[in-house]
Amino acid sequence: MADFNIMVNGMVRSVGATPDTPLLYVLTNEYELKGPRFGCGLAQCGSCSVLVEGVETRSCVTPVSNVVGKSVTTLEGLPALYAQQKGLTQAPAMHPLQQAFIDQQAMHCGYCYNGMTIKGSELLAQNPKPTEAQIRAHMNGHLCRCGTYPRIMKSIQLASAKMAGETR
Amino acid sequence: MNMHIDNDLTRRDLLKGGGALIVGFSLAGGTLTARAARGDVAGPPDPSTVDTWIAIHADNTATIYFGKCELGQGNTTGLLQIAGEELDMGMHQLKAVRLDTNVTPNQGATSSSSSIHRGGPQLRAAAAEARQALIALASVKIGVQTGSLTVRDGVVSVDGENGGRSVRYGELIGDKPFDVKFTGTAPQKPINRYRLVGTSVPRVDIPEKAAGTYTHMQHLRVPNMLHGRVVLPRGQRAYGAGAKPLSVDESSIRDIAGARIVRKGDFVGVVAEREWDAVKAAAALKVTWQDGPEMTGNATLFQKMRSEKTTDTVIADWGDLVKGAKEAVHFASATHYCPYQGHLPFAPNCAIADVGPNGAHVMSSTQDVYNARSMLATVLGISADKVRVQYYEGSGTFGRSCYEDAAQAAAIMSQAAGRPVRVQYMRWDEHGWDNYGPAHLADVSAGTDQNGNLVMYEYHGWQHGWTVTSTVQDISTQKKGVERAGGTNSITVNPMSTGSMYKVANRRVVSHAVPMEGYLRGAALRSPLDLSFAFASEQVIDQLAHANRMDPLEFRRRNIGDKRWLGVLNAAAEAAKWQPRVMASSLSDADVVTGRGIGLGTHHVSYGAAVADIEVNKRTGNIVALRVYAAMDCGLTVNPALVENQIEGQVIQSVSRVLKEEVLFDKNSVTSLDWSTYPILRFAEHPTVVPIVVQRMDEPSTGAGEEVMGATTAAVANAFFDATGVRLQQFPMTPVRVLDALRRRSADAL
Repeated sequence: MADFNIMVNGMVRSVGATPDTPLLYVLTNEYELKGPRFGCGLAQCGSCSVLVEGVETRSCVTPVSNVVGKSVTTLEGLPALYAQQKGLTQAPAMHPLQQAFIDQQAMHCGYCYNGMTIKGSELLAQNPKPTEAQIRAHMNGHLCRCGTYPRIMKSIQLASAKMAGETR
Repeated sequence: MNMHIDNDLTRRDLLKGGGALIVGFSLAGGTLTARAARGDVAGPPDPSTVDTWIAIHADNTATIYFGKCELGQGNTTGLLQIAGEELDMGMHQLKAVRLDTNVTPNQGATSSSSSIHRGGPQLRAAAAEARQALIALASVKIGVQTGSLTVRDGVVSVDGENGGRSVRYGELIGDKPFDVKFTGTAPQKPINRYRLVGTSVPRVDIPEKAAGTYTHMQHLRVPNMLHGRVVLPRGQRAYGAGAKPLSVDESSIRDIAGARIVRKGDFVGVVAEREWDAVKAAAALKVTWQDGPEMTGNATLFQKMRSEKTTDTVIADWGDLVKGAKEAVHFASATHYCPYQGHLPFAPNCAIADVGPNGAHVMSSTQDVYNARSMLATVLGISADKVRVQYYEGSGTFGRSCYEDAAQAAAIMSQAAGRPVRVQYMRWDEHGWDNYGPAHLADVSAGTDQNGNLVMYEYHGWQHGWTVTSTVQDISTQKKGVERAGGTNSITVNPMSTGSMYKVANRRVVSHAVPMEGYLRGAALRSPLDLSFAFASEQVIDQLAHANRMDPLEFRRRNIGDKRWLGVLNAAAEAAKWQPRVMASSLSDADVVTGRGIGLGTHHVSYGAAVADIEVNKRTGNIVALRVYAAMDCGLTVNPALVENQIEGQVIQSVSRVLKEEVLFDKNSVTSLDWSTYPILRFAEHPTVVPIVVQRMDEPSTGAGEEVMGATTAAVANAFFDATGVRLQQFPMTPVRVLDALRRRSADAL
């Protein structure tokens, strides 16, 4: 056991854990966050995704010791990160992609949507106007068992259009 | 985040009950009655009293209690629409509660697309009774006959008095019980006056799911809990062999602080204060397992099934097949091979149990809280009324995944540890110990006269049945598992999916029940076996269309007698802008070819049709589904947008199942243990889906959660023939099988 200072959603906190403890278990059990969630523990499905320095990362296979000194953003911190990226004075209640998911009535069980939101927001931050092919390629590492891929696609396109409007 | 008791607190609060009892004025007799607060006694609550179903609050809102759980299919929204319609209340005034054996009525399992179909009418009747009682109270209060009263958004007003006398439901009864028995005579609203049912209101669960604030079972934590993991062999062995530990080496986890082993019968689990320690301990614990009997593996599975001594049931027997065969000019027949497939919820199952001297409190993602309660009682050796089960949505389960196992494992470990235990199945536990959708073998033959009219149809199907007990129950009690009614009452071929849509005078459908012992553990997987039935049946129908040199749409139209089958068929074809032609009549020599196919299918109710456009790479054997147009008629569609969403999910899942999904196993055990050894359709591979709802306001509502999966599967299979001129009679239609089929075709041509 050791203490690790990790920065999650802009706040630094010390957590006690063995160095090999996956970040996911720290986020769910110590931080009690609902965003990152267990799906496979094998980095195969994307359920546990977070952003580490803005890059989508599988927290289920990332030892907590690897993120010391780095900035971790979970679903909970996404609206604030978005505000920062866009130079907005106030964080919106939700990232535009989250609102697009509601507009599209996209999810069924919704469990994979942590990863879908994290990965989709990463894409939109890198490429505000992705093509369909780019969306398919970028999202391909994230699985959905309920079969909601078509609406995730439409939601990313909708969020892209709305975000373009916002910056104008 | 400790919200495990939110339900109870909310209910207590709503009923203003300070202790175990609340006092209410009985509306029926005006007498003072004492009653237990909702949630304090073991259910099921009496279904013949309105209070079991509906509570009207002082703030003019209502809580609706029903026994069908939200699985991500949106049934909560649909059921609230039904209740709101009869009560004349708006969606913003209604809320549902989580299923709970101390609180919600027993409406049976949330399975077989029954929420709206069978749960809806019960709820509608209850709401109509409640409305009748409320109108009677309003009549007294306002002093106007009931026939002159109108309700909108829970406000009762006098007809013709614009802005005149009115009273709110909340004022009439707010938080007091109705004490009204079902009379069965309460008038239900005529369909032509529906305002809420038949409209696409947004789903009530989606905003929280998008925000990330929704509490899935996997999110739940309770104070003082331990983390538990099951310890099972990696991949199940032959059904009946269970998992027998010959030895457990406790020293193998000595280095993991606080990890403890829990054993009960053959059950082995570990608990630890910290979750990661439980994960590590479960992986590190050295257990020597007894070998099971040898299995066939995938290679010789179907030979073994065919060679079994089966219990046969004639499902349909019309006319005279011999006579039909004599009349037939064109024949088609083929054998089809359909795989074991898994439920495999995206989040492996999770449960929390708190078992103490006074009973057990279990939180689980079961599709049937009351059945789960009985099973838990058996496992724990206590009576069912000492067990309370609360439902928390997990991830989409599509039938009996390992949710009962997780709940029973948590309960066993909590009973042993004397503390609440949270069990999270690992990916390999869920993949390896699922109750799989059984494999299926089908011999289909059919024939037409010279005008393309079906004159005979014969279907023989082989499959084993389902378990009704769970793995953890079987191994912890060291009892043999129980199959759902064996023999002729076992799982049989579904006549609805095997030719029933066609007018054919001579038809025979026979189900050959294979004993489950020595195979894999089976259970209902979304649209149970219907994908297999449609894959087999609709390909033979397509072969006949081809033999008649007819367009397959026209061939089906000619042979369908039922307007509802015709309705979905035409709806899908129109959406796809179907151009009539004989399939495989314009084959291309290119490496990448396209094809289009059509198919029909259903589960037990409703009607499904689909058209699929696919692309086949003849060099790699890879198939990509490009577009699927899928139509469903589920009678009166309570929420069309919701059904469109269900159709989309069914199409994607069917494409995944027909192209990619297969449980692999060898002589010893299942080897599909994760998403790389059991691949599913990925984002980049998904087709565009055009869902079509065929609304029929004049027909009773029937299921909508699985009825277009068979049609989609068949459409993809038929599209492959159109693209290549070759029939692929085994799924999943993997590149290896595609290349093999194309090679065989080339060899035939030489």
